[in-house]
Amino acid sequence: MVKLDAKIPAGPLAEKWTKYKAGQKLVNPANKRKLEIIVIGTGLAGAAAAASFGELGFKVKVFGIHDSARRAHSIAAQGGINATKNYRNDGDSVYRLFYDTIKGGDYRSREANVYRLAEVSDEIIDQCVAQGVPFAREYSGYLDNRSFGGALVSRTFYARGQTGQQLLLGAYGALSKEIHNGSCQMLTMQEVLDIVIVDGRARGVVSRHSITGEIQRHSAHAVVLATGGYGNVFFLSTNAMNSNGSAVWRAYKSGAVFGNPSFTQIHPTCIPVHGDYQSKLTLMSESLRNDGRIWVPKKLEDAKKIQKGELKPTEIAEEDRDYYLERRYPAFGNLVPRDVASRAAKERCDAGHGVGSTGLAVYLDFADAIQRLGKNVITARYGNLFQIYEKIVDDNPYETPMMIYPAVHYTMGGLWVDYELQTTIPGLFAAGEANFSDHGANRLGASALMQGLSDGYFVIPYTMQSYLADQINVPFFKTDRPEFDASEKKVRAELEKLLSIKGSQTVDTFHKKLGHIMWDHVGMTRNREGLQKAITMIQDLKKEFWNDVKIPGGIDGKNMELEKAWRAADYLELGELMARDALDREESCGGHFREEHQTPEGEAMRHDDKYTHVSVWEYQGDDKEPALNKEPLNYEFIEVKTRNYKE
Amino acid sequence: MDFNLKIWRQKDAKSKGSFKTYTVNNISEDASFLEMLDILNEELVIKGEMPINFENDCREGICGTCSLYVNGRPHGPDTGITICQVHMRKFKGMKTIVIEPWRSRAFPVLTDLIVDRSSFDRLIQAGGYVSARTGGVPDANAILIPKNKADEAMDAAACIGCGACVASCKNASAMLFVSAKVAQLALLPQGQVEAKRRVQKMVRQMDIEGFGNCTNTGACEAECPKEITLVNIARLNREFIGAKLGAQMMAV
Repeated sequence: MVKLDAKIPAGPLAEKWTKYKAGQKLVNPANKRKLEIIVIGTGLAGAAAAASFGELGFKVKVFGIHDSARRAHSIAAQGGINATKNYRNDGDSVYRLFYDTIKGGDYRSREANVYRLAEVSDEIIDQCVAQGVPFAREYSGYLDNRSFGGALVSRTFYARGQTGQQLLLGAYGALSKEIHNGSCQMLTMQEVLDIVIVDGRARGVVSRHSITGEIQRHSAHAVVLATGGYGNVFFLSTNAMNSNGSAVWRAYKSGAVFGNPSFTQIHPTCIPVHGDYQSKLTLMSESLRNDGRIWVPKKLEDAKKIQKGELKPTEIAEEDRDYYLERRYPAFGNLVPRDVASRAAKERCDAGHGVGSTGLAVYLDFADAIQRLGKNVITARYGNLFQIYEKIVDDNPYETPMMIYPAVHYTMGGLWVDYELQTTIPGLFAAGEANFSDHGANRLGASALMQGLSDGYFVIPYTMQSYLADQINVPFFKTDRPEFDASEKKVRAELEKLLSIKGSQTVDTFHKKLGHIMWDHVGMTRNREGLQKAITMIQDLKKEFWNDVKIPGGIDGKNMELEKAWRAADYLELGELMARDALDREESCGGHFREEHQTPEGEAMRHDDKYTHVSVWEYQGDDKEPALNKEPLNYEFIEVKTRNYKE
Repeated sequence: MDFNLKIWRQKDAKSKGSFKTYTVNNISEDASFLEMLDILNEELVIKGEMPINFENDCREGICGTCSLYVNGRPHGPDTGITICQVHMRKFKGMKTIVIEPWRSRAFPVLTDLIVDRSSFDRLIQAGGYVSARTGGVPDANAILIPKNKADEAMDAAACIGCGACVASCKNASAMLFVSAKVAQLALLPQGQVEAKRRVQKMVRQMDIEGFGNCTNTGACEAECPKEITLVNIARLNREFIGAKLGAQMMAV
């Protein structure tokens, strides 16, 4: 069993990070030049970390799967980023953001990490404004804010419906500056296939160039994984097509442990599924819930007629509409956290009240808001989202309510890291969505951008120095060492094995099957029987994959089927671990809802006496069951309560 | 719906490419254009052929990765939208669809429909940023920005760097792309300090990369999926002339 030491500094909560920084080891400027860092991923966490390392004087190699660092999927985040500025005088503070985040995560995250996140949130906004990020402003010239789910204050900063894009372009600008200055080297179109470990420490990677197919070796003193989440295990998700879990999974198989793999966020407001050829799902920002009201028909016969296309939503009288979030959760209404909103939508649809041709959709209605504020205000706030919706669905949301349904969006689980963001492999760090650290069992809206930039700009540039301070006498690594030989040999053998199967089914066929298993049994609600079944089904599917997958071409040159197969092979293993984790956790918390554990009103029921811990899984070998370790969560500063969004 | 597809196939950067014809049948009008290509690729793989390589990622019109020239237009028949967001209902009544990569000297073809757009990255690296280091910056509300300036900066900042402007331009000029970044940062007080250096360095890099000159035909504006306007080019010209005449004239 691995020894888990979260390395949380002693002392009062509000002083932990200050104390850590005061006492930490630093590297002098002349020595920084002698140290190399590899950063994998160019999203908010990766680009911010790489730029910051470069500014400090380290030598940085940055790896991205795209043709440009600017394409990373952080770019698609729409709604906003939280900070505790309290510019609205509405009662916000570091403590309140900390409290909301812990509560939103259903008391399954680490106090010290979350407090640090809230503490640095203000610096992030300052940094982005300094970079020229065009946040929304009021006529006074001051920054504007909007509200997001799970909070009673307005603390979300935004740039129209493209906040992620603008923040990423800010970080991409900072990275571009460091590339220009020569401290960072950007390697595009690189798929990292293995982490190389020398004497127990992460010292490099083996990668494949996605256009030439060339297998490459790269060494460094430390490696940062900022590769995002693994939501694409479900095939259909709001993640980009190339977002994948392979680098994280390879780290797990090399000895890094995995925290809470089953904690997945199902986002309540996405455009519903329309056909079996569908390749991905499109998110409609949570910010829409500021002004949109969610409802379904009260009467079953109305819902049936709507499903058959015999009735239009605008023809249903006010008293025949069920605004079920406002009804069930009067205090938070349409702004309950995502897990609560998603399950409530599923509950109504399962009860037959859903709309759309499939009956798997609910309405998000702007008629009231348009009447109250005028169409112009709604266009200014959400114009681009309304346009996306109209282009996809071919329906005008200014006139008929939007149809939405929950979809896989984010993974709270990820590589287990300590307070310094270091995994259990020395020298291997994980930042942003790739780690498990801050969001517990459910992430609040507008907190992913905050965490990515917090880790990248303000946490890892400090903690990395602590690690590298005793590495200053370690010379640059050569890639002709036996560890690199072994890693490349292993990777080539696996690629060749995939190509040699020459079966009859495409990679996507398997991936879609896996997606259905995951959505049906490891999705919005879970139960013991379904999870046990899912594990067997995934194991069978994995065997079938390794016997019958068909991949044309070879290792050399562009081969997108080979790339997809590599990722799918990892998803088949990761999916099984997610099911195992969900099966082990005999309680409901946040996005993890076990049907056996609910209150009579259908709300999640936690079992704090048994499950106030992080489930940390440790790889034991391909044909062995993984070992379960537990990191107890000690709530010293916050009183653990049942989440309540009703009053 | 059924279609004949004429698609550019090219093994790699060194090979000579050519059009090949494929057919797809029973395509739903609710499928996206890229989902139609997915369906074709699945059929090709089953036949043991190499699938058509094309760039795509977010499939929601924001990452700027997709880059197809469809029936003679970047991002296809619809306006204000990338090809990943175009649905097959827009092709009703058509029999043949021609699909090519971006064509420009500064965007060499790598394979099939994928081009090398690293020249755009180098344009930004030449100076398309505010040189603020991490930390030590003033409070976000310390410098006020009039709402209309922030909104105009956001209009310019909406550029997704896809390269449709270059692909649509008869001169393969990158003026719209460069001007969007120059304008965004020139409109904001944070970008003012380096404005003169920035515009000169970015314009010089444009020439180094082999992009053509701008002759104000406006094709870029018409085809831009994010509707970036020619006003930005006017602003770039103003900034550039101002920089050349100003006291900060410099060897860039």
